Amino acid sequence: MSISSLSAAQISALSVTAIQSLTATTLSSFASTQIAAISATGIGALSNTQVAALSTTQVKALTTTQIPNFSSEVSFSSPQLLALNQVQLGAFNSTLVANISSTAVAAFATTQIQAFTAANISALDETQAGALTATQISSLTTAQVAGLSATDIGGSLKAGTSALIAGLNASKDGAPSLVAAADKRMARVASANELNYGDGAAALLCGTENVIAKLVGHHSVSMDFVDHFRGEESEFDYGWEERWIRDEGYSKIVPPAIKAGLAACKLKGADITHFIMPSLMPAVPKLMAKMAGIGEGAVRDLLGASLGDTGAAHALVMLVDALESAKAGDKIMVVAFGQGVDILVFEVTAENAKLAKRKGLSGWMARRKEEKNYMKFLAFNDMLPIDKGMRAEFDKKTALSVLWRKRDMIYGLVGGKCKVCGTVQFPRSQVCVNPNCHAIDSQDPYAMAGLECAVMSFTADSLVYSPDPPGYYGMITFPEGGRFMADFTDSDKDQVKVGAKMRMTFRIRDNDTMRGGFKRYFWKAAPV
Amino acid sequence: MARGIKDKVAILGMGCSKFGERWDSGAEELMLEAYKECLKDAGIDQNQLQAAWFSTAIDEVHVGKSGIPLSTTLRLPNIPVTHVENMCASGTEAFRGACYAVASGAADFALALGVEKLKDTGYGGLPGGRGGPLQALWNASGTAPGNFAQLATAYMTAHGVSGEDLKKAIGHVSWKSHQNGAKNPKAHLQKAVEMETILNAPMIASPLGLFDCCGVSDGAAAAIVTTPEIAKALGKKDIVSVKALQLSVSNGSESGHNSWDGSYFHTTRIASKKAYEEAGIKSPRDEVSMFEVHDCFSVTELVTMEDLHISETGKGWKDVLDGFYDADGKIPCQIDGGLKCFGHPIGASGLRMLYEMYLQIQGKAGARQLKNPRIGMTHNLGGAPRENISSVAIVGRYE
Repeated sequence: MSISSLSAAQISALSVTAIQSLTATTLSSFASTQIAAISATGIGALSNTQVAALSTTQVKALTTTQIPNFSSEVSFSSPQLLALNQVQLGAFNSTLVANISSTAVAAFATTQIQAFTAANISALDETQAGALTATQISSLTTAQVAGLSATDIGGSLKAGTSALIAGLNASKDGAPSLVAAADKRMARVASANELNYGDGAAALLCGTENVIAKLVGHHSVSMDFVDHFRGEESEFDYGWEERWIRDEGYSKIVPPAIKAGLAACKLKGADITHFIMPSLMPAVPKLMAKMAGIGEGAVRDLLGASLGDTGAAHALVMLVDALESAKAGDKIMVVAFGQGVDILVFEVTAENAKLAKRKGLSGWMARRKEEKNYMKFLAFNDMLPIDKGMRAEFDKKTALSVLWRKRDMIYGLVGGKCKVCGTVQFPRSQVCVNPNCHAIDSQDPYAMAGLECAVMSFTADSLVYSPDPPGYYGMITFPEGGRFMADFTDSDKDQVKVGAKMRMTFRIRDNDTMRGGFKRYFWKAAPV
Repeated sequence: MARGIKDKVAILGMGCSKFGERWDSGAEELMLEAYKECLKDAGIDQNQLQAAWFSTAIDEVHVGKSGIPLSTTLRLPNIPVTHVENMCASGTEAFRGACYAVASGAADFALALGVEKLKDTGYGGLPGGRGGPLQALWNASGTAPGNFAQLATAYMTAHGVSGEDLKKAIGHVSWKSHQNGAKNPKAHLQKAVEMETILNAPMIASPLGLFDCCGVSDGAAAAIVTTPEIAKALGKKDIVSVKALQLSVSNGSESGHNSWDGSYFHTTRIASKKAYEEAGIKSPRDEVSMFEVHDCFSVTELVTMEDLHISETGKGWKDVLDGFYDADGKIPCQIDGGLKCFGHPIGASGLRMLYEMYLQIQGKAGARQLKNPRIGMTHNLGGAPRENISSVAIVGRYE
């Protein structure tokens, strides 16, 4: 009697030994009903080789009762995983999830990602989580990201390094932490700070696997040394004499801290390859390095000429800058001064060279749009009482309830893709926009933020209110499908043309100054 | 097809205020100005009106919502008043409502009145910021000229028309309307303008310059409609009857689906085709005597003449340059000056266009009277090229 003629009842009665003796060829000849009939014990007895023989049609027949019983050695292939429906993926246990390759993770449809339980999402390891595409991440449901905690740290120039220390410590147990630091400090017109300050941000992912720089050690001291302050009511910093800060602050507080930091890492000053220490006084880092026995060549450029001092973010910005060119084995010391000192020492690993290409500091600097008009700088930063015209008075009140309801669309630029006709559209709507389809409730979320688009039509509008007139906007179309009338940014008349390639960038759209400055963000199109 | 409106409704009387920057008048005074002329022309008593439709477009700077502003201003005899709003097609919407009331037999005499008072905003152009709390979060912060300027860029791309040729053609559109407006005592702008002035005007939203944009005006227009039988019984001669009323509204395919290239008005193509069918017009280029179309911007008129199936697609700019639509051309377009020069008080515009058709067909258009026009067609476009309301009306001699 041939196995393939067995009834469902007979299949469910097969012993573990019988199941284990099935050849790949026999298994692959099973009908869907036969696959669905295999008992829970039988499923548990299948080897990885046997499971690999299952076709996508057979995999589709697996029941939610069967799925959690697969043995821990079983790892589904990418095509098999992609064939599974939402209910089946919802039945995955942590072992099955752990065995999903990062290639398969990246290939999942957003609906499949959304099918995983919140526990399974948090169980993704670093490699798996790192494989998630931006589209997939923005499609994660509220329940799936429920375990995420977020902490704001501020109030001092060493807030960035303090956050990094907290993030590194929090990720020791394996759960990755993301640390982001950003600063935009206002400076009075014609002040020295106006020249010194820059706006910027950096982000670092902390974890335990495939690290590009290993934390060797860290050391902090806290002192209420107030060298400058910015009161709650003030827009601007107020600082004390630089010579006093240098002699009584930096020179007395930093060297002992560096010494203690080096001791904690069992290192000597001469071991440090990259010395990162933001300061508005360029001579100070060199002086501190010298006092600690760190070679002058190790002192990193403060980026003052190209970027300016980005405040609480600057130590991290400089760290990113250093990592772009650092070699395996390099030791990086990061020093941040502000009501005390944070010291961190990293050792660059071989993984750094393998890190996938990203913009980094050099990429962002290359992408910049330079503006040499000082008056525009002042106007953009609201430092001049300019006449914006009555069109700037239109109410910018934001319905917070709408913003929350549509957060995927507004913050994630998540559109829809029709399951019936495949049309991608923005916004996602209940009735498909394709005139030959109009299917109802047919759309899966479809993230568009990372997609390139093209200009279909555009104008330079001198009537509309724009902080940087004329206002450029136009219809942009995505090759995958989808279009909308978008504001353009970082554009000028030489760059904007019909057919020009654009990318989406998340920007401030409006500022509700009537109510204290709630900022609306949305996506604008910028030349590629 | 449904039986349609053809010859079921006659225009009994019409009125139109002087358009322009009417610093002397509010919406109420403008309504009365148009209404008094209209009622007198109709030759009936106010108490004979049985229903009214009232159109305005921009509530925010205006008379407010509901039918009350019209009823109160005219002291109407407590009849039904319906307030309609369909952007720039609002005036034609009011007319459509009144016509349907008469055609259905629900009313023997119905009033349609549209008004817009725009010059109380404190700035030029139209007020912005409408569309609701979600639109405010994502839709590009554009203006009307900016949206229609893109029709020009897309048209040039689709048909390989050079910037110079298009600029000349749309310049001619405005030049022609200024020539016509100069002969209209009720027009907002009554000055003929040289081509050179038009072409060298400051840019508003590229490639549209100042003269490519219509006036922002205050004004009102009104019509009283009845059945042709009643009109005859009242002793009316040269009766003007309604031949077609069509409306087509975008469903989002242009703005959201990549099948539209931005170079034409999808809705106008649909509305006009249906209108010709309803009116029994087989060859519009030969049968229509004159047009009043929605020239909110010069390029809108150019493209509209293609979408009304008069000029061949992609060739409209050549017809324009050939003078086909000039006052002495084959089919005069905007003989009263159009939105460009008569002006564009939004809620009144559709009725203002019908007013000109009505005068022309009756031979009462004064210095700008055309020779023996029989069929007149009006067209409004509310919204933007990517999402709009297109309304079309055909009126003609009742024979």
